[in-house]
Amino acid sequence: MSYSERTRGVYQQQLNDIREAGLFKQERFIHSPQAADIEVEFPSGAALKKVINVCANNYLGLSSHPEVVRAAHEGLDKRGYGMSSVRFICGTQDIHRELEKVVSEYLGTEDTILFPSCMDANAGVFEAILIKEDIMISDRLVHASIVDGMRLCSAEHDTYKHGDMDHLEKKLQQFQDKRLRVIINDGVYSMDGDTAKLDEIVRLAEAYDALVFVDESHASGFIGKTGRGTHEKCGVVGKMDIITTTFGKALGGASGGCVSGRNEIVEMCRQRARPYLFSNAMAPVIISGVLKAFEILKRSTELRDKLEENARYWRKGLTEAGFILKKGDTPIVPVMLFNAKLSQDFSRDLYGEGIYAIGFFFPVVAKGQARIRTQLSAGHEKHHLDKALAAFIKIGKKYQILGKTEEEIIAMYGL
Amino acid sequence: MDDLKDVILEYVIEEYGDEDDKITCETPLISGGLVDSFSMVSLKRFLEVKYKISITDEDASPEAFDSVNKIADLVRRFIS
Repeated sequence: MSYSERTRGVYQQQLNDIREAGLFKQERFIHSPQAADIEVEFPSGAALKKVINVCANNYLGLSSHPEVVRAAHEGLDKRGYGMSSVRFICGTQDIHRELEKVVSEYLGTEDTILFPSCMDANAGVFEAILIKEDIMISDRLVHASIVDGMRLCSAEHDTYKHGDMDHLEKKLQQFQDKRLRVIINDGVYSMDGDTAKLDEIVRLAEAYDALVFVDESHASGFIGKTGRGTHEKCGVVGKMDIITTTFGKALGGASGGCVSGRNEIVEMCRQRARPYLFSNAMAPVIISGVLKAFEILKRSTELRDKLEENARYWRKGLTEAGFILKKGDTPIVPVMLFNAKLSQDFSRDLYGEGIYAIGFFFPVVAKGQARIRTQLSAGHEKHHLDKALAAFIKIGKKYQILGKTEEEIIAMYGL
Repeated sequence: MDDLKDVILEYVIEEYGDEDDKITCETPLISGGLVDSFSMVSLKRFLEVKYKISITDEDASPEAFDSVNKIADLVRRFIS
């Protein structure tokens, strides 16, 4: 054993530094299935508290949907618990390939490859398809997993200002000498809830011979008229070269992800993407649940329509109450508080009122941009939203921020 | 302010600034949350081309790129 007291002290000091910086994350234990109503133990050892969840990625309410749960049970019975293998040795069942085909059809792509998570998809895809003579140009607010994937890739990288098409165009002009150019975006940006201008991005990609990559983790299943995603909303289905997405949010909420896109790109991932090659195949029980989730979505747009209506109702209520929201039309609704401590105090007080919503602050979001990020679900009924709204208003009054401008809130609480 | 700082400040404002930002030579860029270290690569590339230098990854630390003043100091070391 070489875990000496000195070594232990090194880690204890690092953990203390994290605590002192106010960045120590504490998990809350949920004793119920994921849903709009949950039972939470927090802090550890406290009595269970029934709260309304407004911070889950359970956009369509499928995480505990009876049909999904039943399908998962059936998958467990018919195909077993685990594969005990990576895909290319003996880990591919018929249902793995079936899901890949279902995803391709749903997203309007040529082919799909499953990964253990979208984090793994993003970590593996760039290294698999690009070399050092290529350039990756990413929006400055893309998800951390994409940044990690770019860091693992030998291609050069650059960034453009969030959503700034003129800046992107300048970068594309600058890198015309490269073998391949890839424009990299999130479909829906998870902290602000705004969407990529994929129609304009496609236009630039065609003009400057670039590939388009989009992470649809916060879009698949509910953005666009039939829920196909941001590319549907922007009218560019069929023009995405690489889509990554997750099954861990709207599409059942368990785990798993994929790269979906051009045949050759998917095949390169199958040959070279390390998180695919060196991770176990997705468990049959999850594959079965995800297949059912897609079946439900293809049957009707009822869930994404309800989600859209819930988001509209929630935004309207908060706006009329006098909160400052980030502009957008997605189910991610950030309530801006600007000050980091205020965001934490506000979240704690909401919990006291039976509302579970988390405050985010620097470095997760930009300095002076602290917020409570709320996320709507098709699992929310009007009574959930009305109760949550009443709690937000009560706490908003307590801190005297209703109807105040950004400058006024900053004047009261600082940045 | 010398020419080098002028050039760097102009690039930083153009590349990383928004209308509301008031960036000076002292403004903490990375620790102040104005720029993430990942996006600093374009500034490094710009400096290398303009001054015909090659800044090693070791020297291109977030600390060394945290303000226009510090970046100018770093570039001077490589020019001289």
